[in-house]
Amino acid sequence: MALTQADVLAGLKEIVEEVAGIPAASIELDKNFADDLEVDSLSMVEVVVAAEERFGVKIPDDQVTELKTVGDAVDFIVKAAA
Amino acid sequence: MSAQRRVVVTGLGATTPIGGDASSTWAALLAGKSGARTLNEEWANTIPVNFAARVAVDPSEVMERVELRKLDRSEAFALVASREAWKDAGAPEVDNERLGVVIASGIGGVTTLLDQYDVLKEKGARSVSPYTVPMLMPNGPAAHVGLEFKARAGVHTPVSACASGAEAIGYAFEMIRNNRADVIISGGVEAAIHALPMAGFAAMKALSTRSDAPERASRPYDVDRDGFVLGEGGGVLILEEYEHAKARGAKIYCEIAGQGLTSDGFHIAAPDPEGSGVQRAIKFALADAGISTKDVVHLNAHATSTPAGDVAEANALRLALGAAADHVAVSATKSMTGHLLGGAGAIESVFLVKAIQERMAPPTINIENLDPAVTVDVVRDKPRALPSGDIAALNDSFGFGGHNVVLVFKSVN
Repeated sequence: MALTQADVLAGLKEIVEEVAGIPAASIELDKNFADDLEVDSLSMVEVVVAAEERFGVKIPDDQVTELKTVGDAVDFIVKAAA
Repeated sequence: MSAQRRVVVTGLGATTPIGGDASSTWAALLAGKSGARTLNEEWANTIPVNFAARVAVDPSEVMERVELRKLDRSEAFALVASREAWKDAGAPEVDNERLGVVIASGIGGVTTLLDQYDVLKEKGARSVSPYTVPMLMPNGPAAHVGLEFKARAGVHTPVSACASGAEAIGYAFEMIRNNRADVIISGGVEAAIHALPMAGFAAMKALSTRSDAPERASRPYDVDRDGFVLGEGGGVLILEEYEHAKARGAKIYCEIAGQGLTSDGFHIAAPDPEGSGVQRAIKFALADAGISTKDVVHLNAHATSTPAGDVAEANALRLALGAAADHVAVSATKSMTGHLLGGAGAIESVFLVKAIQERMAPPTINIENLDPAVTVDVVRDKPRALPSGDIAALNDSFGFGGHNVVLVFKSVN
């Protein structure tokens, strides 16, 4: 079954809250991981690994630097899971 | 040459098996309370010793979850104790380039290392935490404290097994004396209560096996002592240059006046029965502080409750102090806290500072029959008042590898 944008956003919110302690309510598509959510490069590794496990996708290391906002990550994961 | 820079203690912090801070730990110490308990973890029954002395207040009770998940337990202890000590010192205003950190650990982030190895084996490399290395490195506790307080004069981590905590305070003392810094956050931490380190210590026959009575197990100087009780936690002191402390009107607990450092060159783990390294360390420390054996009224012994170590140390004390040993109140506080390895010399320094401030030597508990080979004056069961006037007290700390550290604490008028 294909993942919807809403499914992925909801899952990512939980992951970012767990890793960085940012309340899910303040995590929006246009938020930048580094600048808005205090997810530094090490925490981003945790977010990526948790997202891979949760959504059953692969996020190659060379793609991770392209995922600047929550929206970038949601789009990538929805496409990868399709 | 200008006068020698003096070093004073202006803040204290601790998290130990008998208290979540320095004052509650001190109160429990005077009351003779033991922090040793049977462990609830499943693994505890797979090794020969199923008890230890966990901290009285877990870091999760005083720190946020998100902060803790990036920290080894030893790093959390360092932050808890440092925050308390910094606050106790009145959050001194100091140029960041004159602020340093020296916090030791004997084994570093050993639980992180072992837990992440389990993750590697069970789930593969991709699941290993990106924080593994910053969590397991032994300088991690010092580094995190340095980051929090933006210390830029230097952040250091001496490693000398169970002498590490005292060596850190000595290193900090030298940094201020040598004009590298004006304020240092210094101490030691340990978080090694895990099946592997405990199995390793048990294999050396270093741990007490008195499983039926954990609180009675750590019994330095008792004839039936059978090993140490592993403890966890840490202690932190704020060391400050005397004029710097005076200028800002800081509360000054006491002075650190000297240190003596030697090594045995004898055995990787066993103490030198002649104790010549310990004797030399005491002599060097007294000479460095410019005091004589007559000035010493109290000593916090290394005394871990092992059959060989306690007597070797007591003999060395008697030989180094001579007749003056008759008026030195010797306390073995590991009878209550257990042995915090790299944290031991640090919490025991906190106890010495409190002892000088309150003129009270803490007790040694669990001595049912004093070993007749012990020829020093042990403070048993109840605290003992220390004299008024100018006094000095010593911290003895030794580590596997033959490291000997003696620190001199002195009252300030």
